[in-house]
Formats: sequence, C-alpha cells, structure tokens
Amino acid sequence: MAATIQVENLEIVGRRGKGAELPIVRDVSFSVQRGEMLALIGESGSGKTTVALSLLGHIRKGCRIAGGMIRVAGYDVTALSPHECRSIRGRVISYVAQNAGSAFNPALSIMRQVVEPALVHRTLPRRDLEARAVSLFRALALPDPETIGERYPGELSGGQLQRLMAAMALMTDPEVVIFDEPTTALDVTTQIEVLSAFKAVFAERGITGVYVTHDLSVVAQIADHAVVLKDGAIREAGTVSKILFQPEDPYSQALLAAAEPRSRQADLAGQPEQRSLLDVRNLVVGYGQRTAAGLPEKVIVNHVSFSVPKGRMLGVIGESGCGKSTLARAISGLQPWAAGELLLNGEPLAGNVRERTPDQRRHLQLVAQNADSVLNPSKPIGQTLERVVRFYGGLRGAAATRRVNELLDMVRLSPSLASRLPSELSGGQKQRINFARALAADPQIVLCDEITAALDTVVAAAILDLMKELQRDLGLSFIFITHDLHALQSICDRVAVLYAGQAVEVGPAMALGKGVHHPYTRLLHDSVPLMEPGWLESTRIKRADEAMPATLLNSLSHDPELCCFLERCPDRVSGLCDRVPPPVRSVPEGPRVLCHLPASICSEFST
Amino acid sequence: MNSQTLKLIGRRFFAAAMSLIFVIVTVFAITNVLPGDATDAVLGQGATPQAVAVMRHDLGLDRSVFFRFWFWLWGVLHGDFGHSLLNGLSVADAIGPRLHNSLLLAGASAAVSVPVSLFLGITSAIWKDTVYDRVVSIMTLGMVSVPEFVIATMAVYVFAVRLHLLPALADVGSVHSLRQFLSVFFMPVASLALVTLAQMVRMTRAAMADTLSAPYIEMALLKGVGPIRLILVHAIPNAIGPIVNAVALSLSSLLGGVVVIEVVFTYPGISGLMVDAVSSRDVPTVQACALVFCVTYLFLTTFADVVTILSLPRGRKA
Repeated sequence: MAATIQVENLEIVGRRGKGAELPIVRDVSFSVQRGEMLALIGESGSGKTTVALSLLGHIRKGCRIAGGMIRVAGYDVTALSPHECRSIRGRVISYVAQNAGSAFNPALSIMRQVVEPALVHRTLPRRDLEARAVSLFRALALPDPETIGERYPGELSGGQLQRLMAAMALMTDPEVVIFDEPTTALDVTTQIEVLSAFKAVFAERGITGVYVTHDLSVVAQIADHAVVLKDGAIREAGTVSKILFQPEDPYSQALLAAAEPRSRQADLAGQPEQRSLLDVRNLVVGYGQRTAAGLPEKVIVNHVSFSVPKGRMLGVIGESGCGKSTLARAISGLQPWAAGELLLNGEPLAGNVRERTPDQRRHLQLVAQNADSVLNPSKPIGQTLERVVRFYGGLRGAAATRRVNELLDMVRLSPSLASRLPSELSGGQKQRINFARALAADPQIVLCDEITAALDTVVAAAILDLMKELQRDLGLSFIFITHDLHALQSICDRVAVLYAGQAVEVGPAMALGKGVHHPYTRLLHDSVPLMEPGWLESTRIKRADEAMPATLLNSLSHDPELCCFLERCPDRVSGLCDRVPPPVRSVPEGPRVLCHLPASICSEFST
Repeated sequence: MNSQTLKLIGRRFFAAAMSLIFVIVTVFAITNVLPGDATDAVLGQGATPQAVAVMRHDLGLDRSVFFRFWFWLWGVLHGDFGHSLLNGLSVADAIGPRLHNSLLLAGASAAVSVPVSLFLGITSAIWKDTVYDRVVSIMTLGMVSVPEFVIATMAVYVFAVRLHLLPALADVGSVHSLRQFLSVFFMPVASLALVTLAQMVRMTRAAMADTLSAPYIEMALLKGVGPIRLILVHAIPNAIGPIVNAVALSLSSLLGGVVVIEVVFTYPGISGLMVDAVSSRDVPTVQACALVFCVTYLFLTTFADVVTILSLPRGRKA
C-alpha cells in the first residue's frame, strides 16, 4: 500500500530581498504510512515549517519549489493548480498553526471559523457542521462545548484556542493533519492538557499526520517516526525510540544531550551559608488607583518575599501572567512598587532607578529576554560594550579596549567579533553580548528575565553553562526568571514559585522533585513531559474537581485573602481552604510554602 | 453591541460635545479679537466718530463681549445665526443655498473618490509589489504632491480654454439635465477627487497590507478559503477601522479643498460667502460659516471613531 504522505527529493529555494536564491530545503525525502504520526524535529531555521507548509502546497512569498515531488493522499501537490490546491486544503489535508492566538481571526466568532473549512468545501449543511463542531469541542475536553463557539478569540485562553484550532483542522475528517509546534507557546500545565486531548483524538480517529516541533519530550509522546532536520537537510530518520535512545548522527546526539535534564550544580554542601545580598520583603506591585487599604486596584505581584545569598542563584518560576516579569521590572527599578521593600547589601533601594545611586545601579544589572531589543542595531558590539565600560568604570582608550576584550572572553566570544554589528551575530552570540553588557558594569547580582526562552535548545544549554561558570568564577549572584523547570533545576540553588502574583513556595531548588511542596509546585513538576514514550498515558494529573467538586466550594471562595490556587488545587479541603487564608509553613530542611496542608498529606514526588 | 461598546461610544460622543463647546467659544473669540469691525468696512476710513458710534450702537457692537456671546449662543442654539452686518439679511438664509451647493460639490467628489480609492487601495495591497502596485503608488504619490489649485487651473486651461469642451465657470443655475450637470461639475469634482484620492489610496493600501500579512490570513489560505472570501470575510472586517479613519480624514481635507476649488471655478458655495464676509468684517456670517466647517469636521471624525469602535473585535477592547 502506498504511503499517505510521500515526499521525494524536495528542494525549496528562497531569496531575501534582491539577493541570489539560496536553498532552504535540500533533498528532503520521507514518507508517512496511514495512521502514523511523523515528527519533524529541528531548530529555528532548519526549514521544518517550510517543509510542513509545502505539504499543503503553500510556499511563502519569495520562495519556490525547485525540485522534487510531494504526494499527499494520492494528490501530486507540486503539480496542482492554485484552484486544485484550494480544493484539497482544509478538506484532505489540514493545518494546526503554532500560535492559535494570532492564527484565529479576531473579528470572527470561533464557530464561524471552525466550520469554515467544511463550509467552503460544501461537505455538509451548516447546521450539521455546527453539531459536529460541538462534538469535537467535547472530544477535545473544551469547557462549555455547546456555547464556546459563540465566543471570540480575544475572550479565550491560549490552550483553549489551540484545542479549538485542532477541532477546526478535524472538521472535514481530513486524511492528513499537519501540526506546527502546536504546544510551544503554551505553559507546561496547559501543554499537558492539550497534548492529552490531541492524543485521545488521534487514537480515536486514526489520524495520519506530521508534527513539527523542537521539543524531544513532546516527540516521545506524540510521534511514531521522526526526522531530524538541520539547515534544510535530513540528518537522521527513523522510529522515535531509535532517534531518542540510539541516535547515530552527531547533531541528533547534540540535540538530545541539550534536552537531557542534567545538573550543573556545584556541590555546595559543607560551604558556609552566605550573607544575604538582595532581600525582597513583602513586595507589592500593581496598576491602577490605590484602594482604601493603600494597595493598587490591580495587584500583579502580591506580598512576595525572598532573599538571594551572595554567590547564589535564585530561580523564579511560574506560568505566563503570574507576575514574574513585573517582579523583574520592579527589582530593576523600572516599575515602582506600592508596598514592601527591597534591600541590596542591607541598604534599601529606591523604587525608581533614577533615584538609586550609581553604585547601586552598577551592582544590580538586568539581562533582558530579547537581545535584539537591547543592542543598538547600528553600533558595532565593541562600541556598545565600551560605552558601558566608560560609563561605569571610567575607562578610556587602550584600557577600555582591553576591558572589552576581557568581557568578550568572559562570555566565550572571540575579541575579533568586537567590530561586528548585532545583525551579523547569531541569536546565541547576541545573548552572550547581552550578558557581557551587564558584566561590563561589574555587578554583584544579575537579573535574567527569560533569557533562554527565545533560543534553541542547544544554544540555551550553552548559555546556562555560561551562567554557572560566571557564578563560580566571579562569585556572581543571579535571579533567573523562567518558565522552564528543567533549566531552573539544572542551575539554580534556590527557587521561588510564583502563582497569581504570590510566592507560593520559596526553598532550595535541589529539593524540587522530592519532599513536601505546594500543590502548584507539584503540578508544575508533574506537567513537564519526560522523554519517554508512554509517559503521557501513564502520568495522571489529578484534577481539582476530582478532589472536591467546585460546587462544594464556599460561595465566598473568590475572596482575595484566600489561597490563590484554590480553583485549580487537587488537594483542596472543603471548609478549610475555601474559608481560611493559607498560612506560611516551613518544612524542616525544605521549602517555605503558602498552604494549609500538613506535611503528612503531601505526597512524595514520583521521580 | 454590549455595554462596553456603548460605554466607548458614549465616551466618544462626550468628547465630541466637549470639542463642539470649545469650537463655539473659539470661533466667537477669534472673530472678536480680529482688528476692526463692520463699521470700518461699511463706512470707510473717512467716517466721522459720531457715524461710527451710531452704527456700532445699532449693530449692538457697543455691548460687552459676554453679552454678545450669550446673545449669539442663544440664537445659534435656536438655529438663528443672526443677521448680516452688511445687508441685514438673515445669515441662515444666506448660508442655506450656498451650503447646499458646497455639500453637493463635496458629496459628488466623495462619491467619486471613496469607491475609486478603496478599490485602488485594496487591490494594490492584494497585488503588493507588482507592476500594478508600483504604478498606482507612483501616480498617487504624484497626485498628493500637486496642490488642488494647480490641477484645477490646468484643467481649466486644457478643457475650457484650449479644447472648449467645458465651461470655465461653474454656473450651477444652468443645471437642468444630467448632461449639463456633468459639464458643470466634471472639472471641480475631478480636481477635488484627485487630491483626496491619493491620501485615501495610500492609507487604505497600508491598512489592508498590514491585515493581509497577519497569521490568520495565512491560516485562512491553508483552510482552503478562496481569494474573494479571504478579502471580504477575513481581511476587510479587520482593516475597516483604519480605512474608515483614512476616509474620514481625507473627506475633512476635502472641506479645505472645497474652499480653493470654489474660488478657482467661482462656484457659488459657502466658502465664497465666507471669504467675502471676512473681507467685509461681517462677523455673524464669518462665525456661522466657521461653525459649519468645524461641525462638519467634527461629525466626520466622530463618525470614523464610532465605526472603529464598532469594528473592534470582542475581547480586544481597551
């Protein structure tokens, strides 16, 4: 029997501006049998999305297919006219985009968009289509399946939109579905829900598909076969277990090594506890007018306290919207706080960076998430660094140049790069320069806001290595803000878990995964997929309703004084959690948690 | 239409009302600080102080500014703009037919330029970076750089003086048939439309090109949506806000263009009246004309904002 998807010797070229055509995809061949899921694995720029889109006969502007053959469900896609292409898109083959938030049209209701692929191909009358859509919403575990279609994209969350997009792709019962990084933009706790919903639907409907991703642990859950792409060419292909457990190609091995959770921890046992360098005490940050209690109308960071000892690394973790970036802005003096205090070396810091002394500013440096927005695109990086060196160190001429070379060396870059413009550097190199810029001030503590989020796994792993080296060699302290638990565990000494603006847990990072924790920390920990096929099926995350149905909750449970995690907590206790604000408890040798639960109820982690 | 939309629209109307009050006060203030009054214009430089004093008293010009303001405002609120200082005729009666003519000219220009520019703007965004797009772009750039009086004067030179095809003067009174309407209105409307067209085409193209590069447009393509549905259902609802704003802005610049064009073609519109009134210090007429222009402008911008608010997708309102 012929494969459902067959790609042979595919070549795609593209040009940027008026330059010559460059190859984007080179000699790519693969096939997918009916009912199988193939993972296209690669980093940014590997051509994986270009290949995925070409299966639908869609080539982005400036690019063209230069050779090869694509057959999908019996159609020779490369030979189809634009009209014929339209007739198979959404009917025979459908697509789930990476960012459902922007791939849904904000001006149209969800239902109109979900039924559209079926409607334009006139498969069924609208009424039947809507009934079918509702059944798909139900299959994908969406809330209020009957009415969710009447809502607009702006009113729904990222995870819901991603599942709605899958429903849209399945409307016409297509033979092939292409998933383009459908869970990359989601929080881990949402990702696991979406993956479970996808997996259930795949199994029920026997879907043939291509799943584009860079996340190997997702590949382990979803795919049967995998293809590793780099620079538009296939490096390795085979079954998922072969690629994940016996990779032959050096590049696949490097990808795996970078994704493997590993500890970069230095052994701190026996070292004396260092004095505290930065103290955050009951910090409240928010927007809007002050209420009678003197607090802002909309509280983003809610009474957060932690301290960073000298030479240690504190990780701040939480899902999007939990207030971690606002916290970073407040600490760096870009967003004044409403209450609480911030101490550096025991001295209070002003809320506004302009009111801090030059030394205070020098000691506390921020490394922003996006290096592109920090580095002046029209200045060579050497000049950018020299300016900071001159500003903080007062160095000029040869001394300044020497210091710049020293800084480049510190971030493991060649001094010859000093004359380059930011646009001539790779993403990882730019992030290193971003780091060097902070180091140029000779700081005591560096605040890193999601600095690895936009980087590929291999590059991000190298940045984490660099941070650990700097901590060891220079005795630097760090606050590492992230949503990536693996990254945090591999380098941080301490961790603060943020949920809805509150630090629900502050404790040693080593202990994550064992011992007693806040229920949210456990959920976060259990949601990170492991690189084991079958993990998704075997893992069971208890839902809040299983512990205690929401209907049993006290009607006053929206009181802001009560536990912020109440609505999602799988361990909530009726009459306690919905009535009494949670106390701060500290566990011996363990974290400080904001929870009612006595230690005996908290179960052990299942690592 | 939910309560949030109503609230936003209500706020916009409130802002419009505030602007209107500001405009009324400003118009009155400016016309009162202008040097000289109607007595200078009517009696001339050789007038005796007694004659001036008598005339000022007759016209009420010797009363305090505040009294005159309330008196004027009271009248305006009742549709009475006062009487011309020169001939004693009701200002409202003088403006009426003139305003009708001006609105006819502006309306005809808008009726030509809006559909044409929407068509050109949307199509050149669809066929972005093609020869068609470049030709439209160069032509509109050229058009926007030429003032309307140059275009009007050249049109008169070519069509009236050289070719004797059309009358150089716009004699509105002679219009009794469609043919006559066309021959009278062709040149004024064409010159006005050309100038406003350019701006609208460029802004429509920008708004549309922006929308067409959005991920949801690519998504719609990948769902198998055809080109017509793509534009009408997916692109236009998202581009309509900026487009309507561009149109309203262009139409309000049409008001300024009308003044120039009416002078070139000696068209009996409201701007001719206003120019005469200014030179003869006929304050009530100037005030009324200024108010008419301002209110029209205010109406257009408010209308554009309301359309923008209505076109905002649910869940995205700030």
